[in-house]
This record gives sequence, structure tokens and C-alpha cells, in this order.
Amino acid sequence: MKRTTLDLWVGLFVTAGVVALFILALKVGNASNVSVSDGYKISAEFDNIGGLKVRAPVKSAGVVVGRVEGIVLNTQTFRAKVTLRIDKHYPFPRDSSASILTAGLLGEQYVGMDGGGDEVNLKDGDQLKITQSAIVLEKVIGQFLYGKAAESNAGGSAK
Amino acid sequence: MIDALAYGIRLVGHRSINAVWRLGAATRFIGLVIGRSAMAFRRPQLTLDEIHFAGVLSLIIIIVSGLFVGLVLGLQGYETLKRYGSAEAVGTLVALSLVRELGPVVAALLFASRAGSAMTAEIGIMKSTEQLSAMEMMAVDPFARVISPMFWGGFFSMPLLAAIFSVMGIFGGYLITVVIIGVDSGAFWSQMQASVDLRHDILNGVIKSVVFGAAVTAIALFEGYDAPPTAEGVSRAVTRTVVTSALAVLALDFVLTAFMFTGV
Repeated sequence: MKRTTLDLWVGLFVTAGVVALFILALKVGNASNVSVSDGYKISAEFDNIGGLKVRAPVKSAGVVVGRVEGIVLNTQTFRAKVTLRIDKHYPFPRDSSASILTAGLLGEQYVGMDGGGDEVNLKDGDQLKITQSAIVLEKVIGQFLYGKAAESNAGGSAK
Repeated sequence: MIDALAYGIRLVGHRSINAVWRLGAATRFIGLVIGRSAMAFRRPQLTLDEIHFAGVLSLIIIIVSGLFVGLVLGLQGYETLKRYGSAEAVGTLVALSLVRELGPVVAALLFASRAGSAMTAEIGIMKSTEQLSAMEMMAVDPFARVISPMFWGGFFSMPLLAAIFSVMGIFGGYLITVVIIGVDSGAFWSQMQASVDLRHDILNGVIKSVVFGAAVTAIALFEGYDAPPTAEGVSRAVTRTVVTSALAVLALDFVLTAFMFTGV
């Protein structure tokens, strides 16, 4: 087959396009994202998960160690049961605790894990005993207002 | 009074039946084009010619507009984000808006006006000068020989053009915010990389550009093939190509976005 200059241009175009796709994949996106598909799975029950979503990160000391895999309501206890998949490179002691935190003032919510002191590590399917729910801003404000009201009432009656 | 009313109803009915008719013809046309695409792959030179025409010759407009869209996004994003003290997030803003939406959509709109209109004109004129009939007389199938290579040329070019557009846009954003304004380069890239997901953002963007490429090329070819064989008919067909593909791209974009980026 005779080679033409047109082939050269088409070749250059296709190369540019493929290079652009690679730049998007490697430089712009996070292809080297922590893949936690082969980690171990644990669960934790929270009174209130606030705005936690599936695929939210699980962080310990700020390092991403896993992802939230599922959120269901346990109808026996009426608490939210959150399934976490943790990278197998990060073993956690059995008495670790989980809390729902917010990144920044208005950021997305994530699960924070604090390592405990137990010598036995968590296994696949274990459940965390110690959990701390998300802070619901309305409740905090409600408590604050209630406290204020009680305070001013007490002050008023003393006079 | 009654006459005018009846005329109006008749007109609406005629228009809607006509539209459905054309839609059916277009579907059958696309089926024919794809069904007879064996020659486009057996003689890759035919498809290469069309990639050269639809892709290579559209590069300049794609690169230049990508660069300018990125420059504007960087500038506007910086001005707004600066107020909240998070100017470094401009990388995230530029990359996400380009990869998810602007890259595929604007590239498809440019592609429709640059390559789609030319495809319509070419097919329309071939039809009106009876070149297509002449081919049939010589037992050359115009679908296999002309139309199908055009379709595949557009189909393969569009995702590459959209990717080039996005990369040029991100480069433009980098240029204006990091090089000229002086946002920290490391923060620009790391914030971008932390928030752009390979599968969720980039792959979905590529899927969008593939769908848009197929839609725009199919519309352009059908309008050309369906054009009345007169000078006026061809010129109207070209106009319709640009209008219809722009509407189709925006409508498809809404549907695809609703599928891809809602929920979890």
C-alpha cells in the first residue's frame, strides 16, 4: 500500500488524541487511586450518619485507608449500619473507634477511624463497638438556644 | 373562522406526522449505514480520508477554542474562588467542568458546525448532481463507498477531538492561573488530581463524546441524504444539520448527565 502524507496527518491526529486521553487519565485524574477492592470489610452502627454517602473516604490520621461501601438502616436497633471496606495494608486493632467527621466547615462528610490498643486486629466482617455520630447542626443550635433560654429564665427569677 | 381552525389543526397534524416519518427514515438510514460498513473497514483508506477531513482539519478550531475556553474558565474561576480564599481550587473547577461537560459538548458543537455541515453539503451535492445515482448505475453501493466511511470517520474523530479540547482547556487554565496570576502550581495540580476520578469523570466524559460524535455524524449524513436535490434544498439541509445537531447534543447531554452524575 502506498503511503501518503494524508496517512501521516491522520497518524499525528490519532496520536495527539490518544496522548490527550492519557494526559487526562494520568495527569488530571487519579488513576493511582487507592483501590480497596481487595481490602477487608467491617461495619459500624451510628445513631445518625448526617450526610454520609456511599464511596465517602475512611480516614485515619488524615490518611485515606478505605471507602464507605454501604449504608442501611438496622430495623432492630433503628441505627444506621455503615459498611466500610479498609485497605488490607492497614490493619486496625479490634477496639478501634469510628466517628463521622466533616472536612472543613462545609465540606463533605467522611468516616474517621481512631486506632485502639488491643493486640488482636479487626477481621473481615467484624463490627466496631465504639462509634460517634455525625454532629447535626440543627440539634447543636437547638441545645444552645435551649441552654440560653434556661439561663436567662434563671437570671430573671433571681432578681 | 372554522376554516382557519381546521387549517391550523391540519398543519399541526401534518407537521407531526412528517416529523415521525423523518425520524423513522433516519433510523432506517442509520441502520443501513452501519449495516454496510464492511467496506469502510476492509478498505481503511476510505475511512482514513474521512478521519483526515473530519478530525485533522478540525484540529485548529478545536485547539484554539479549547485554549480560550480554558483561559476564560481559569480567569472567572479565580476571580470567584479568590473571595472564599480557595484560589487553589481553580484547578479542580477547570478540570471538572472541562472533562465532564464543556469538553464533549463544545467540541461536539464545533464539530457539528465545522465537519457536520460539510458532510451534509457533500452528500447533498452528490445527490443533487446525481453522483450517487451514477454510482448505483456502476453497481457501486454509495452507502458502503461514501456514506459509511464518513460515519466511521466522524465516529472515531469526535472522542479524540473532545480529549484534545479538554487537555488544551486545562493547559489554558494552567497558563492563566499559575503562569500569569501566580497560583501555586503544586496546589493547582494536586487539588485537581484529588477530585477528578478516572472512571466517574473521565470515562463518563469519553462516553459522552462518543455518543455526541455518533449523533452529530448521523444527523449530518441523514440531512445530506434527505436534502431536496436543489441548491436551496442543500443549503437548508446544512442549516438544519447545525441546528438539529446542536439541539441533539444539548438534549443528549442532559440525559447522559442525569444518568451519570446523579445519586451516589
